[in-house]
Amino acid sequence: MRNFAYQRAGNVTQAYTLHGNDNSADFIAGGTNLIDMVKLDIMRPERLVDVNLLPLTEIEELDDGRLKIGALVTNTDLAYDERVTTRYPVLSEALLAGASTQLRNVATTAGNVMQRTRCPYFRNPSRPCNKREPGSGCGALDGINRNHAVLGGSDKCIAVHPSDMCVGMQALGATITVEGPDGPREIPFEEYHLLPGDTPEREHDLRDGELITHVTLDAPIEGAKSHYLKLRDRMSFEFALASCAAVVALDGDTIREARIALGGIATKPWRSHEAEAALKGKPATEATFQQAAEAALAGAVPHRDAAFKIPLAKQAIVRALSTVTR
Amino acid sequence: MSDNIIGAAKPRIDGPLKLTGLAKYSSDNLLDDMVYAYGVFSSIASGEVTNIDLSVAQQSPGVIDIFHHDHFPQLFRTPSSMEQENKVDEERLPFEDNQVHYAGQFVALVVADSFENARAAAYKVKVDYKTSPVLANLAQAVKVNGTQLHQDSRNSRGDPEPAFQSAQHKIDFTYVTPVETHNPMEMHATVAAWSGDKLTMYDTTQGVVNARNVYAKVFGLSPDRVEVITPFLGSGFGSKLWPWPHAIAAAAAAREVGRPVQLVVPRQEMFTTTGHRPETSQRLRLATDDDGRLVSLRHESISTTSTIDQGNNPYVESCGKMTQGLYSCENLLVTHSTTGTNRGTPTSMRAPGAAPGLFALESAMDEMAIEAGLDPLEFRRRNYADSDESKGLPWSSNKLREAYDQAAEKFGWSKRNSEIGSMRDGNEIVGWGMATCNWEAIRRPCDARVSLRADGTAYASCATQDIGTGTYTIVAQAVSQVTGLPLEKIEVELGDSSYPSGPISGGSWATATALPAVAAAARKALEELKSYAVSERGAFVGAKADDLSIENGQLKSADGKTVAFAEVLKQRKLASADGEAHTGGAPTDQYAFRSFGAHFVEVRWDQGISNLRVSRVVSAIDVGRAVNTLTSRNQVEGAIVMGVGMALFEQTEYDHRNGRPVNNNYAEYLVPVHADQPEVDVILLDYPDYKFNEFGARGIGEIGITGLAAAVANAVYHATGKRIRELPITMDKLMDDVPQAQQA
Repeated sequence: MRNFAYQRAGNVTQAYTLHGNDNSADFIAGGTNLIDMVKLDIMRPERLVDVNLLPLTEIEELDDGRLKIGALVTNTDLAYDERVTTRYPVLSEALLAGASTQLRNVATTAGNVMQRTRCPYFRNPSRPCNKREPGSGCGALDGINRNHAVLGGSDKCIAVHPSDMCVGMQALGATITVEGPDGPREIPFEEYHLLPGDTPEREHDLRDGELITHVTLDAPIEGAKSHYLKLRDRMSFEFALASCAAVVALDGDTIREARIALGGIATKPWRSHEAEAALKGKPATEATFQQAAEAALAGAVPHRDAAFKIPLAKQAIVRALSTVTR
Repeated sequence: MSDNIIGAAKPRIDGPLKLTGLAKYSSDNLLDDMVYAYGVFSSIASGEVTNIDLSVAQQSPGVIDIFHHDHFPQLFRTPSSMEQENKVDEERLPFEDNQVHYAGQFVALVVADSFENARAAAYKVKVDYKTSPVLANLAQAVKVNGTQLHQDSRNSRGDPEPAFQSAQHKIDFTYVTPVETHNPMEMHATVAAWSGDKLTMYDTTQGVVNARNVYAKVFGLSPDRVEVITPFLGSGFGSKLWPWPHAIAAAAAAREVGRPVQLVVPRQEMFTTTGHRPETSQRLRLATDDDGRLVSLRHESISTTSTIDQGNNPYVESCGKMTQGLYSCENLLVTHSTTGTNRGTPTSMRAPGAAPGLFALESAMDEMAIEAGLDPLEFRRRNYADSDESKGLPWSSNKLREAYDQAAEKFGWSKRNSEIGSMRDGNEIVGWGMATCNWEAIRRPCDARVSLRADGTAYASCATQDIGTGTYTIVAQAVSQVTGLPLEKIEVELGDSSYPSGPISGGSWATATALPAVAAAARKALEELKSYAVSERGAFVGAKADDLSIENGQLKSADGKTVAFAEVLKQRKLASADGEAHTGGAPTDQYAFRSFGAHFVEVRWDQGISNLRVSRVVSAIDVGRAVNTLTSRNQVEGAIVMGVGMALFEQTEYDHRNGRPVNNNYAEYLVPVHADQPEVDVILLDYPDYKFNEFGARGIGEIGITGLAAAVANAVYHATGKRIRELPITMDKLMDDVPQAQQA
């Protein structure tokens, strides 16, 4: 860890003003991800702006049925909030499938949206990584890549977005509100995280100096049931090898509407419109679920150690859908 | 004398200290004027350092000095010797030259006024390397350099090849185990302090005496000028048996800067520079006659070592050591070979040799049983060894058949349907497997001191360690057994090389080795006390010492008069009655000493989501007498959980292109978490082995992990029909429809 200056902001304006629009500063809230990376010497902020005192800790039900979540709401508070457990249980399940109690107690909503990859080549400053050091190459592409992406990768980067919470939000539909010197703006959740393409160092649509203030969930789909299924080597405290958030509304035995989001296998929290299209209007049968799973993984690339993730992700989709529609 | 204190279930006497944080571990020692060291670790696995640029790092706040191969004192290598108790695994001294043998090797050491400043400066040291071709794994090393056969550990009898050729049933398979890393919770740490030419080391070591002797050699001192202090250890699993470069670097740096130095090895580098269990490849060839009796058994293994040690006296993973005598077979061959890789030096890890070795042997026994058309348990019974055929000696005690009986009964083995995949429960297929476990019992010479004190307490000391397993408590139990004093009146001090010489905490030796010495010292102290009692002004003046007996912390005469030890001493105005004793090793020329047991394992395989878990383990273990059934059970349960990790999760991955470790952190190097714990039922057989020592105890640290991974693999085969011969058993190895990986 290199030394850095520490500043504490009392309100949103002060926070982005203190941060400024250069790369020398980072915001810190729970710090569970950032401090880790500073210690690994892969992030080297000269200044940290502490945002923990900002008034962004509330969860608020809006008149249009949406749920507005403050950036500083902890994973634990969000997972156990009654409005979440009753109206958005898939989000609660996703949150509780992630990390450990201790981490969830301090990790925040915005921090989790900003969570960075566990790619070991990214996390070691002596390894090549186009995300950390553009142009240095990708260590994972031909390296040890069992934990890497089979969807959304490029020849520059196949690092997985590690969040469980984001997969839940991706399935539910949400809007991210950010605020900076140019005022507040809203970004659809699905457009917030970027595919690596030729610029894996650009991970999200957040401009220099901007700060996430809220995540607002869409109103729940009427009559929908949901499930988050996370598959991994051990039973807890591990990042997903494949996960699926499924939200399904039935008319009788016919699927009226479905949302499918995938984790652990893609370079961003992955919404599968292909799977959703394969489900909509179809009977809720195992054969339909299989077709949806095939559709979701149709473009998947089997990298060296990660080929098994393709059938595994299909299994996650089929089992999650079976569980929801049971 | 109290009979029931040995074999009782007693909580750790040091428990309150640990719970309240008063137990001082190595890095808790904050000495006056102390400074901090942090390493710069090689980012390449093979080559040399061509330049070290310190210009930026030296300007970093708080930096006192930066050591590297051009700026480091001349030290002495120590000749590694178990007998002389100066053993090291990595003989190369830190900063000896500019050569790089493995990623994570120390290439520089920053000393600064705080831990944070030392680390920040270490990140600013710029090292240039010239890389050489790398040997990243066992396969690459064998291909380039072949293997070195170790004749001293070769064991054979009969003529295995013709017996194999003419046999009715035979198998020939190769089993592979990956590098596993110990990962004790407490990081390796050293606080080194010099006072003139006396060196004090607060050190994370499983052997204070060995460590003292090593540091004495390295710094050219007589052993009495070195003190190694380790009152508490956050475990070690073998990684803290022998000193590693960081401790020597810390001591050298402390001498150079003239201040105490603290060095804590970061978690990432505990995967590189403090040992690991090496990768193994083991060929097993077994053959039986029509009655299912083994007629030929060959176990030929290769393990990786470091290029530093290959060709000298490398660490050898003795995979076949148990195979030599576990089963009866006239024709047998066991060999061990090594091959040098660009990894750090490997070392003993819980049940060294036996853990990977019994994965291979007990998997092969399962395959052989199936080939011969026999139930795996019945097959093992038919091949029970009445004596140790490798040594031509009788067992001191072998209750393996009873272990089979008890564990099989409790597990319900008789209800097993041998057809693959036949036992179902909802989405899950249930698989049942079993394996034998085995570990050699070793007892070494030992010294100990016991004092009976005028305040009514007793005091015992020995230069062994409590690695966390309860050694303090069993030493107190031994004193209580001899003196009749209750545990709360007994103070025990361990973990200081200035105490009477005791054993390493490893190999399941400590209990069997230390307790007889402690008991002998206690008896000597009692004799001393009796002599005070019968002499002038004594409590039993005029009586014969031999006529006095011991009862509940009192001396008792033939006519029934009792006087407490403390009163005897007070009457003579004496502070204490002291005894010191030396005890020898076990009579290994008369008996073969081993512990035995059996694991029965249930796995559940949910094929629809490729989820495998171990749901139930029943183990019966025969270790002679368990001195403390609470801590003993804890040892076996912990070993079973570690065995689950070995079976399903653990592997240190190295990039095949450059030999660098990939998952060297606690998040991606997987060990079982609470949710992975199976239901565990441990049966401790209770047959004291008095041929081994007076307590009948053979030690218990290792045996629980042996065979467990094979029992899991055998259960997995029963559930899935897939025989996994390469650990760990991960889901990708069990899935049917994995597409061909894209060629890079």
